[in-house]
Amino acid sequence: MNELGGHPNWHPHFPGGISGDGDGYRKDLHSHLWGLVLALTLTAVPFALVYWHAMTRSWLLLAIGIFALVQAMVHFRFFLDIHPPHRNVDQLLLVLFSAQILIMMAGGTVWILANLHSRMY
Amino acid sequence: MSENAYANPGIRLRATHHHVDREDEVNLGFWVFLMSDAILFGTVFATYAIMVGATAGGPGPKQLFDIKSVVIQTAALLLSSFTYGMASLSLKHRNGHGRLIAWLVVTLLLALVFLGFEVHDFLAMFAAGGGPDRSGFTSAFFGLVPLHGLHVTTGCIWMVALIVQMARYGIDEDVMLGLQRLGLFWHFLDIVWIAIFSIVYLGGLA
Repeated sequence: MNELGGHPNWHPHFPGGISGDGDGYRKDLHSHLWGLVLALTLTAVPFALVYWHAMTRSWLLLAIGIFALVQAMVHFRFFLDIHPPHRNVDQLLLVLFSAQILIMMAGGTVWILANLHSRMY
Repeated sequence: MSENAYANPGIRLRATHHHVDREDEVNLGFWVFLMSDAILFGTVFATYAIMVGATAGGPGPKQLFDIKSVVIQTAALLLSSFTYGMASLSLKHRNGHGRLIAWLVVTLLLALVFLGFEVHDFLAMFAAGGGPDRSGFTSAFFGLVPLHGLHVTTGCIWMVALIVQMARYGIDEDVMLGLQRLGLFWHFLDIVWIAIFSIVYLGGLA
């Protein structure tokens, strides 16, 4: 049972009251398999759309963007096991602060350089 | 204080938290690194978005990209994310050393398939006259995509190190925390790859 847990502080108990194989394992396995199926589908569709040029360029770009966002959420939910309303304040502040820096730096770069670019003509 | 108050998101290795323990501390630190890495990737993506039209008369995305190779790379990396998830589950549910190491080795092999096809694509781009010195577009491309490849390579080295550590010391707390953090890193890299194949490859070929 405890062949993996050499350290005395490691309890063989997990959320959902799992110890060893059981319903918890099957539940986690199902979650990962669902993640795999959804992620494969969400990847295959935009690749197929682009490969066969199924729509005009602007619609293609929009579809690619939407599929990418949904797939990222699928990865967070099913592979990283992150559920939106978590209660860790440090974590939340860290993510929000990073998102703010990212928006300022990446968004600002695109904004300013696109503006400069438009003045070149 | 709720016992979940300090819990980081991600797969939990233990149910109860009586205090802020080492697992939470190192995981929060690793999340700080991941977020800083996300900012790095975001700024390089912004550079790419600015440079994508700057081909200076040289080859553009449609001449340089091979969608079939990108499909194989994407499938390999996506499956490796799943197989790493299976390794995490083997660890979490104590399914035995054998299964855990087998899933890690499968993940490693898939990552090597990914890197092999990626390097093959880069060499094909060089051969087609689309090396990093050709134009602003190719410079930005070689700044962004190999940066991700370098991260995957680092992840592979880390995985080999953890397998060696497991063989040498067994699965102790250090190995468990290492596997947990490598899992975060690995899934993070797959999410970055979603952005790369969507913006760089599919956006370029659309």
